[in-house]
Amino acid sequence: MSAPNDPYDPKEVAALSTDELAAAQRAALAAFEAATDLDQLAAAHSAHLGNKAPVALARRELGALPPQARADAGRRVNEVLTALTASYEAARTGLEAARDERVLIEEAVDVTLPWDMTPPGGRHPLTLVQERTSDVFVAMGWEVAEGPEVEAEWLNFDALNIPRSHSAREAQDTLWLDPPDGGVLLRTHTSPVQLRALLARGAPCYVVVPGRVYRQEALDATHSPVFHQLEGLAVDEGLTMADLRGTLDLFAESMFGAGVRTRLRPDHYPFTEPSADVDLLCWVCHGSSTEPGAEFCRTCRSEGWIEWGGSGMVHPVVLQSAGVDPDRYTGYAFGIGMERTLMSRHDLADIRDLVEGDVRVTTALGREA
Amino acid sequence: MRVPMSWLRDYVDLPSDIASREVADRLTMAGLQVERVDVVGAGISGVVVAQVVAFEAVEGQKKPIRWVTLNDGSEERQVICGATNFDVGDVIAYARPPATLPGGFEITARKTYGHISDGMICSGRELGISDDHAGILVLPSDLTLGSDVVAALDLRDEVLDIAINPDRGYALSVRGVAREVATSYSLPFRDPADVEVPTADGSAYDVRILAPEGCSRYVARTLSGLRAGAASPSWMQRRLTMAGMRPISLMVDVTNYVMLATGQPLHAFDRAKLAGPIVVRWAAAGETLRTLDDVDRALDPTDLVIADDSGPIALAGVMGGAATEITDTTTDVVLEAASFDAVSVAYTARRHRLGSEASRRFERGVDNDLAAAAAQLALSLMAELGGGTSTDAATDVDRRPAAPTIVLDPELPGRIAGVPYPSTTVERRLADIGCSVTAAPGRLEVTPPSWRPDLKIPVDLVEEVIRLEGYDKLPSTIPKAPAGRGLTRPQRLRRMIGRTLAAAGYVEVLSAPFVDLDSARRLMVDASDPRVPSVRLANPVSEEEPYLRTTLLPGLLAALARNVGRGMVDVALFEAGPVFRARAEALPPPSLPAGQRPAAADLAALDNALPEQPGRIAGVLTGARVLAGWWGPARSASWADAIEGVRELAREVGVEVTVTADTHAPFHPGRCAALHVGSALLGHAGELHPRVTEAFGVPARTVGFEISSDVLIAAAPEVAPTPVVSAYPPATIDIAVVVDAAVPSAAVSDALRDGAGKLLEAIRLFDVYEGGQVGDGKKSLAFTLRLRAPDRTLTAEEAAGVRESAVAEAQRRVGAILR
Repeated sequence: MSAPNDPYDPKEVAALSTDELAAAQRAALAAFEAATDLDQLAAAHSAHLGNKAPVALARRELGALPPQARADAGRRVNEVLTALTASYEAARTGLEAARDERVLIEEAVDVTLPWDMTPPGGRHPLTLVQERTSDVFVAMGWEVAEGPEVEAEWLNFDALNIPRSHSAREAQDTLWLDPPDGGVLLRTHTSPVQLRALLARGAPCYVVVPGRVYRQEALDATHSPVFHQLEGLAVDEGLTMADLRGTLDLFAESMFGAGVRTRLRPDHYPFTEPSADVDLLCWVCHGSSTEPGAEFCRTCRSEGWIEWGGSGMVHPVVLQSAGVDPDRYTGYAFGIGMERTLMSRHDLADIRDLVEGDVRVTTALGREA
Repeated sequence: MRVPMSWLRDYVDLPSDIASREVADRLTMAGLQVERVDVVGAGISGVVVAQVVAFEAVEGQKKPIRWVTLNDGSEERQVICGATNFDVGDVIAYARPPATLPGGFEITARKTYGHISDGMICSGRELGISDDHAGILVLPSDLTLGSDVVAALDLRDEVLDIAINPDRGYALSVRGVAREVATSYSLPFRDPADVEVPTADGSAYDVRILAPEGCSRYVARTLSGLRAGAASPSWMQRRLTMAGMRPISLMVDVTNYVMLATGQPLHAFDRAKLAGPIVVRWAAAGETLRTLDDVDRALDPTDLVIADDSGPIALAGVMGGAATEITDTTTDVVLEAASFDAVSVAYTARRHRLGSEASRRFERGVDNDLAAAAAQLALSLMAELGGGTSTDAATDVDRRPAAPTIVLDPELPGRIAGVPYPSTTVERRLADIGCSVTAAPGRLEVTPPSWRPDLKIPVDLVEEVIRLEGYDKLPSTIPKAPAGRGLTRPQRLRRMIGRTLAAAGYVEVLSAPFVDLDSARRLMVDASDPRVPSVRLANPVSEEEPYLRTTLLPGLLAALARNVGRGMVDVALFEAGPVFRARAEALPPPSLPAGQRPAAADLAALDNALPEQPGRIAGVLTGARVLAGWWGPARSASWADAIEGVRELAREVGVEVTVTADTHAPFHPGRCAALHVGSALLGHAGELHPRVTEAFGVPARTVGFEISSDVLIAAAPEVAPTPVVSAYPPATIDIAVVVDAAVPSAAVSDALRDGAGKLLEAIRLFDVYEGGQVGDGKKSLAFTLRLRAPDRTLTAEEAAGVRESAVAEAQRRVGAILR
């Protein structure tokens, strides 16, 4: 090793010779190229670019050179260093990329494996259809009214203009609380809630009433003693039967899709006058299955229309029962069976599937928004 | 009401190219719902008129069998016949091979009873024209032999089967339906009741109405020299059969026929069996009557009866009495055509469970102008067909009120319909249904026809106008409702609760709320517990479940058992809904009139008459809560899942639940938690008592919860408290303490929380250890506490200070020792 004050002797600093540097560069490039993994490359780096590598040693010799020689030698050393560093970086980048690729491949998993740790839950389709139908009316500015399931006879019958002698009050239709003449019953429709709403709010009043109702009926494929209705009531100045029709049309479309409208058919209910049954244009065939030669429609049995519910203009006696002046206000009301709506939508043949709580039915149908 | 088209065409001249189906559609859209159009006489071919030439008995058979020779007009044929109600010379219906009978039965020659039977002789039932199968059908002797029976008997017909609403009593007659058809097609209507009746002079029979509120009119006519045992003619039997009534005897058939034709029920008394005048009165207490069906009936003072000197002889408008019944030997009859009160008949029919064709009509209102004409029609038919002699003697006790007049604003129908109708349209439509209309400026004075007692107030007339103009012609408009406030808070919260439970793996069920008294015993609740069913139904759907539920658990457990039974063994179910509890101080509801807003006190009294109906939410779980999978083994649903279920749904609505150990049926006494919100009891959760799971047939270790939705919803904060969000770093410290094994972890956690003070941001129990290192009867609980200050980074000294005070508080409260 030379001391700074040693006289200049080019022969003694062979490390700086062009040949030596070129040899060191060749050896280094070969080593970097030969490295097949990052460990080998690191070893090559330490051997050829480390502190004790020939190029490092050569660089250290630069200080001993006289100024005129230092510039030239320094430039050559730097050129070699730059080239080697670039070569090393290129090799490292290549090897790292290869490693990353290999690791990610090794870490691959079977993404089709199940992760069904907990059996799925779900809400009852009847709950969902009640929410959905309610929301249609809430969007129009109506409100959702509620009332008790055990109800007073006056609200369930008398106030609704159902005469004392009407057969609906008989024990074969209505479930009465003990004692049988006690005037308390399981509501047979959601109409008493309409009356409660009207009593509480007065006119104008736009409410929709989803809820559970009861009839004296044995459970079979098409009947249940417990079922669900959605009733609507609008009382305001100047309401007409055309408004009733338009409201039902909009409701039908929102439940069953564009183009599905309703048909009103004269019927009789004590609490409405005029009264009408509501038929729904078959939402599957849109009535086309009634054409001669058309394919049979299971949903409407090729009748084109599906019976959906009852409706009408609120009877003056009902308005008076709630203290609303029938000379100033008119109203309309309708009631739709929720089970029927669901069974029609899903082609369900047996109402018991909705009653028994089989999780297969609920988790399958309780998925609609 | 079943209306044969051929009968309908007697009263309205329908063009022959109008199909029955089209008439049915028109009627349906006019409010008479045609449920079916039945085709009768269809499917018959090869049946001809033939005459019996000779017959001989086939010997050696258990029942009489005849080998019959027939003349079918062109040749002689021989058939086997099992009937004996015919003689040589009778004309019969002969199914001549190849023939077809209704139902697609092919008739060919076949060997039977040792002969080749070349076809068969038909009964009325085999031809589908009556119910009679006792013998073969003997035809009128004037028919041409060999002619087709379908044509010869005019068998082909179509019958409209119409569901009649309670307000349309007039349509329970061919007359009423024909009138609607005539209106619908703008065709003239021929009224069958338009007959001449003799002037009533009271001479037919002495009749006294002592109950005018129950009977507004009573017409009596008489007939003598009758052959009551004669059969009615085949055309009448056929019409009765098609209309759904069974032909019985001439007298019965004629009264039924006239009733079907006009809608007026009639009754005939055997004059010889009457004692003294006919009296219409209310029954006296203690009176009895044996009705035509041979049942002795105890009468109620609200039963309207027809009586004579012997006492009641008929239940007015419902059923006649056995003592005055027409028999085959009857020669003289008194015919009754009356107008009875609808409500009275309805009550009597129901009280005695005696619905009849007559009561059905009276209940819906019978045209009170019809009695005299209907009696005349029946009398003429009886005289003509039964050979009797009628006279013009007529009794007609008439107490009918004057027909009401309704004042109608001619614009009202248009205002209600939403489309204007000219006054002339309104007048024409009202005239169509038989009203007499007088137009005055700005008002119409309308007198409804006698057959429309349902038309009482202006809107009743409005419905008639709109339905005849056509509901399908109404425009479709949407009213603009005032702005609404959306769902109420409880409504939104209930939806959130349902969604939360569903997301947590619970499946919703909606059980019928009916239970038996024994369900309380199976739930192991005390006799004094409010969950003992207390609301009983007077007429339950099933006598096995006559009570309303006081808890949701029995319904849920039944659904759970059903699912497990069907192989769905890992199940979580929930239900939300009301339960029913009798009010201790309940009074019967006040009796209030319709059409009048009750006073506030009366409305409150109505509500107070109802049982309490608080809301509940309950859930049950069984089987695996975490299923076995490639991630590891299954974890069974446990008491902790049930409690967590409540915590989850409470958390979702912003409510924090406090859990304490409790002993409460139907739960395992050592695995039951009481859940509180503040000081209010929310409900209970835990593992079900082994005897309860056994009693309900659900798997052992089924767990569940039941809480009050009312308490939960009341506790849900309207505005959630805003957290202090500090950006300074947290200090996390772990504290492990040893306590007696009986000390609830919640007590330790609460003590640490309170001791840690306001620097504590969160505390979480992360380990529970019981074993040798902590000693018998002890357990170690390890908590992580996250501390944070709102305004600075905490120092190590501050964190140590918190640890110290937390442990000190735990030691003070529950004797906790730092591990």
